[in-house]
Amino acid sequence: MASKQLIQIKINGRIREAMVEPRLLLVHFIRSIPGLTGTHVGCDTSHCGACTVVLDGKLVKSCTMFAVQADGCELMTVEGLSKDGVLHPLQEGFKQEHGLQCGYCTPGMLMSSYVLLQKNPSPSEEEIRWGISGNLCRCTGYQNIVKAVQFAANKMAQGEKHELPNIA
Amino acid sequence: MSCRTSPEVGGMGHAIKRKEDLRFIQGKGNYVDDVQLPDMLYGQIVRSPYAHARLKGVNTEKAKQLPGVLAVITGEDLAKANLAWMPTLFFDKQMVLATGKVLFQSQEVAFVVAEDPYVAADAAELVEVDYEELPVLVDPHKSLDPDAPILREDREEKSNHIFHWEVGDQAATNKVFAEAPVKTKVNAVFQRCHPSPLETCGCVADFNRATGRLTIYLTSQAPHAHRTLFAIVGGIPENNIRVISPDIGGGFGNKVPIYPGYVCAVVASLTLGRPVKWIETRSENLQSTGFARDYHMTAELAANKEGKIQALRVKTLADHGAFNAAAQPTKFPAGLFSICTGAYDYPTAFCEVDGVYTNKAPGGIAYRCSFRVTEAAYLIERAVDVLAQELKIDPVELRRKNFIKPDKFPYASPLGWSYDSGNYEAAMKVALDTVGYDALRKEQQEKRARGELMGIGISSFVEIVGAGPAHTFDIAGIKMFDSCEIRVHPTGKAICRMGTKSQGQGHETTYAQIVAEELGIPAADVTVEEGDTDTAPYGLGTYASRSTPVSGAATAMAARKIRDKARKIAAHLLECSEEDLDWEPGKFFVKGAPSKSKTIQDIAFAAYTNMPQGMEAGLEAVDYYDPPNLTFPFGTYICVVDIDKGTGEVKVRRFVAVDDCGNIINPMIVEGQIHGGLTEGFAIAFMQEIGYDENGNVQGGSFMDYLLPTAVETPVWETGKTCTPSPHHPFGAKGVGESPNVGSPAAFVNAVVDALSHLGVKHIDMPIAPWKVWNILKEKGVVN
Repeated sequence: MASKQLIQIKINGRIREAMVEPRLLLVHFIRSIPGLTGTHVGCDTSHCGACTVVLDGKLVKSCTMFAVQADGCELMTVEGLSKDGVLHPLQEGFKQEHGLQCGYCTPGMLMSSYVLLQKNPSPSEEEIRWGISGNLCRCTGYQNIVKAVQFAANKMAQGEKHELPNIA
Repeated sequence: MSCRTSPEVGGMGHAIKRKEDLRFIQGKGNYVDDVQLPDMLYGQIVRSPYAHARLKGVNTEKAKQLPGVLAVITGEDLAKANLAWMPTLFFDKQMVLATGKVLFQSQEVAFVVAEDPYVAADAAELVEVDYEELPVLVDPHKSLDPDAPILREDREEKSNHIFHWEVGDQAATNKVFAEAPVKTKVNAVFQRCHPSPLETCGCVADFNRATGRLTIYLTSQAPHAHRTLFAIVGGIPENNIRVISPDIGGGFGNKVPIYPGYVCAVVASLTLGRPVKWIETRSENLQSTGFARDYHMTAELAANKEGKIQALRVKTLADHGAFNAAAQPTKFPAGLFSICTGAYDYPTAFCEVDGVYTNKAPGGIAYRCSFRVTEAAYLIERAVDVLAQELKIDPVELRRKNFIKPDKFPYASPLGWSYDSGNYEAAMKVALDTVGYDALRKEQQEKRARGELMGIGISSFVEIVGAGPAHTFDIAGIKMFDSCEIRVHPTGKAICRMGTKSQGQGHETTYAQIVAEELGIPAADVTVEEGDTDTAPYGLGTYASRSTPVSGAATAMAARKIRDKARKIAAHLLECSEEDLDWEPGKFFVKGAPSKSKTIQDIAFAAYTNMPQGMEAGLEAVDYYDPPNLTFPFGTYICVVDIDKGTGEVKVRRFVAVDDCGNIINPMIVEGQIHGGLTEGFAIAFMQEIGYDENGNVQGGSFMDYLLPTAVETPVWETGKTCTPSPHHPFGAKGVGESPNVGSPAAFVNAVVDALSHLGVKHIDMPIAPWKVWNILKEKGVVN
């Protein structure tokens, strides 16, 4: 067992510091150090996307990265999406369009959709489907997730400006 | 059905948004792996790399010496407590941890407990197991061969045969076949697949030495039944066991059985007096927990030359793997497979099923399915298409000719069921009109002339869901009723507790809507709570589309009991007799004088503050509902495919699903269930398979090779409905969550076969991967 290292990761605006084994997966850091359990584990081959988070503006599957690799980075999880009790349009869209059932894939789906809309504020249906293709859902058949993302894109375009968390 | 309540009240028929969503979209769900307890330990299972091997020794010394390891439990250790084996839910037993030998790859051999999950994984690597390989039996067709190795040495019967089950009139069926002018036959394998909910199985077992109580946080679709089984098998007083099934990340039948990991965690917690968490990995989930299907079926239809069906004969071989760990009602070794006569009217049928052991993971669970209904619906809908093809009759016309007519309900099926209600042709007509069937057939002809491949597949399925009735149905002896308890608080708000357990179906919303419908209390004011055996009334849980037919019915009945008491209180408050009162959702009023009324909220307050003399305080009721019959949802699905000749890839161009589940509680949630079920049906038809090589190595043991569709592959679903209420259900509902998974595989396969039918293709086994289609095209000379 290699010796532990001190790392610092800024998660949803707060600095989290811990001594960790180099082999600790980022997802386990997120779930255990600050106790942010919205980020889930659904597989062991980085296929399912339940653990998807935003790291320095980019989507990563946090089960496929060591926590030490995120040392000094800024990270956003599903818990950072709403602000001051106001839901992000994506969260609202998932509720309005019935874009979730068991809820297990939802945090990862929200993260992927979030980055998709940052890059492409008015995606086509096909672009949405590709944008969430790294995330598996076993319940919804994706159709209402697509609608949820469209709901958010429309709402954000209509100028009902939601202050997006600074992730860059 | 038009709504009787306002959108604000949100009773039946309103597409109100889900109450449970707020926590999930904010990452505040509470799944089993989110449970963190002080001093918690972590379990890791050591698994067999071999499918069949003698266990020569398990050396745990090195593992025990690793710092942070508290215990390593083996099968021999469990045997001392008589826990090395446990009963399955179907008259068999299963090894918790192996003793003597292992019978499938990834079988549980030892359980390591450590302070940290990473240390537990390290220690598992240090457990040294000495195996002696034995001949492996993979093909169920060879299970009964004289030279087949006998897998289950623990059984008295030295055979790999588990059961023979038959239903129907064999002699009469054979007679019809002997005389029938037309006979057709299809051999169809419904491949082994796995429900694979996105959350794997797991638990936290927490034995508190100070109180003597054992709390088990469990991924359970049936927490009450599981509590009873832990009590019976473990010898723990049932009042000292509390099972909490928190948020469940999908179930689909995978979370009905009790798995070795749960038992090991409980044993470890009892032994160490600390909480023990065990969460399986995806690979463990796919390789060891309840698989579904693996039915090797033959269906024969006898008919006249016009295509009128006269009889059905079915013979099936069921591969159960190493242990018969099916989770189904005890009188039905092949579940409700005898629904295989389908939506068609003929008097004679015979069906037989033989179950066998192989060196594969144990199971035979119902994957989004009411106990083998999926296999049955697939088989009959395939067979009917083959008959149509052989008689050169349009598959729509053949179905229409054979449908049970609406005036024949309740319909006594030849294999013993009483279908409650149905109007099959009406649902098919909506589907045909929506898809534009005639134009599609014309297009297909034109395309064929140009050498292009296009197919149209139809499936007109009937389901049988919502078990009980209690006189026929039980799981491990416990009758299949279900329950609801409603308490109305003084301020007119309510809490509703159930014997079922949502895994994403939206129970917190739909049960509240039933209360809203029956009592007029807004759904927003009704809290629904499930999954805690200390607080909820006893029930059998959620699977087999039974929540709405059974617990939903219990909710309505409990609400009606409350309404009866409310009427007495209203009469007291309005100083009139009960007979002078009329009800509309939310209030009692004096007949002919509607301004003289008392709302349910007024009445609730009075139930605690101003009840009539001699009446008990409070406004609550509990109902244990025993359904008089099952419900029989149905529908017609039509699939249109185009096939790429160069690659063999099948593209689903359109899919129209018309469902009839009777009266609907929440149309938004019903549609969501249909989308999800269709997607799983699509995955089964084209992608999902747990295969094994000749040495018993799992070929679908991770998401690398057990393929699930992403948003890119998944087709766009078009839904429609007809409404034929169940005559015996309190509010005319049937079940729906499984219909799309039951009805759709045949539609997909029928469409692909239809595209290739002019080449003489009559059947292709699922999953229909591009290579299979391409091989057929090559064989038929369509491509080089």
